Amino acid sequence: MNRFNQENQEDQEFRASRGTNAAIEGAKPAALPVGAGEIARAVIDRTPLFILDVRNAEAYADWRIEGDAVESVNVPYFDLLEDAEPALLRLPGEGPVIVVCAKEGSAQFVADRLVEAGRGDVRYLAGGMKAWSEHLEPVKIGDLKAGGELYQFVRLGKGCLSYMILSDGEAAVVDALRMTDAFERFAASRGARIKHTIDTHLHADHISGGRKLAEESGADYWLPAKDADEVVFEFTPLEEGRTIRVGHAEIAIRPVYSPGHTIGSTSLIVDDRYLLSGDILFVASIGRPDLAGKAGDWAGDLRTTLYERYESLSGELTVLPAHFGRLSELGEDGSVSARLGELFANNPGLNIGSEDDFRQAVTTNLPSQPNAYREIRRANMGRIVPNEAEQSEMEIGPNRCAIHDQSSTPEGEGK
Amino acid sequence: MNIDVTVDTKGMACPMPIVKGKKALDSMRKGQIMELLSTDRGALNDFQAWVKQSPNEWISHEEKNGVHRFLIRKG
Repeated sequence: MNRFNQENQEDQEFRASRGTNAAIEGAKPAALPVGAGEIARAVIDRTPLFILDVRNAEAYADWRIEGDAVESVNVPYFDLLEDAEPALLRLPGEGPVIVVCAKEGSAQFVADRLVEAGRGDVRYLAGGMKAWSEHLEPVKIGDLKAGGELYQFVRLGKGCLSYMILSDGEAAVVDALRMTDAFERFAASRGARIKHTIDTHLHADHISGGRKLAEESGADYWLPAKDADEVVFEFTPLEEGRTIRVGHAEIAIRPVYSPGHTIGSTSLIVDDRYLLSGDILFVASIGRPDLAGKAGDWAGDLRTTLYERYESLSGELTVLPAHFGRLSELGEDGSVSARLGELFANNPGLNIGSEDDFRQAVTTNLPSQPNAYREIRRANMGRIVPNEAEQSEMEIGPNRCAIHDQSSTPEGEGK
Repeated sequence: MNIDVTVDTKGMACPMPIVKGKKALDSMRKGQIMELLSTDRGALNDFQAWVKQSPNEWISHEEKNGVHRFLIRKG
């Protein structure tokens, strides 16, 4: 039996081909990195982007960087180890190209090969799809009446939306994602202390950062008690009738019980103007009732919430959901919002005639569930404690929390 | 099963596990068996996809304590 040595020649060749070495030795030209933030701005601004995605075909089919002006091709890196030609054939003759892989290494490898082959203007995505999935882009939604601001944090790579309400040196974060440092940095840049973190429901598509952020900031963590039967930590129950105050005395966050996606789902009316709808109502769709395994039981609750409870609210409220399904839901500035009245006119989920049809729509032919949704729920209950690499692995792929979200993998094939 | 070549890529990130595995297979005779060890979960999926489109044969995969071990017969 012969054992390959870990420190053999191609390692050295590989290292020698890397940026700093190449620059010092003047040996081979190397491609430069590009950050996920720059890609995010380009997607939001509809700046044309050409992406060479070198992950395997299944990963590419399941989930990739998308946008109105994004063009992408898939050539797995393992077909490019000796020769970049198969990729060169798929690229435009000129103009910038971004090479993307899961983490970074393979994209960097391929980008270097392309540069060596004489294709200029090639960069690779630093941190790969992992960084893309974790990038948060803050977008200002508006000012609060008595002074203060409301920001939406857009997680383009996953379709998640979080919120920060800032007033008079205090902040509340709603549906915080696990990248808690992004919220901490932003609050600090505004001179605000995070006083509350609020989850509108127990999430099934992403790991919540609410509890961690509350612990790190000395804030209260609010969670609907009805979603918290199995949680193993202390929290403040999010209940209708318990107003949450942030900064200026007149800034109020009012919980509205709105079950259906989960039995505890609770929406928030902020400053009498904004309706943070969690995963109950989206811009282009409505929430799905099946992620806790109770689609049949909760379909009726979902209908009552949308067709009676929300119907009774002012149509002037600006709906701010916890997710989007398609990039077409993003406005010019990258934010995702709509007036409630408009949604009652145009959202297909709010225009289903009979109760039977509604039940049918929200319980059958649903998209495949989000990746690892059972484990994610357990992690959000504190019952399992995955490390960071495991958390990132669990969150791979799109969120699929709406009934109309597209499933790019056929039913049953999802991992 | 008689293993002819072992390639240890523990601790290495993509693309190195495939670079090394492919190199090892190139130097093997048809019918010989390669064992590849990797701690990179992504490498497993990529290797499976690559083997599928190559003349080589995927034999088995197992995971123990975060180390993936898979066997490939040279085709």
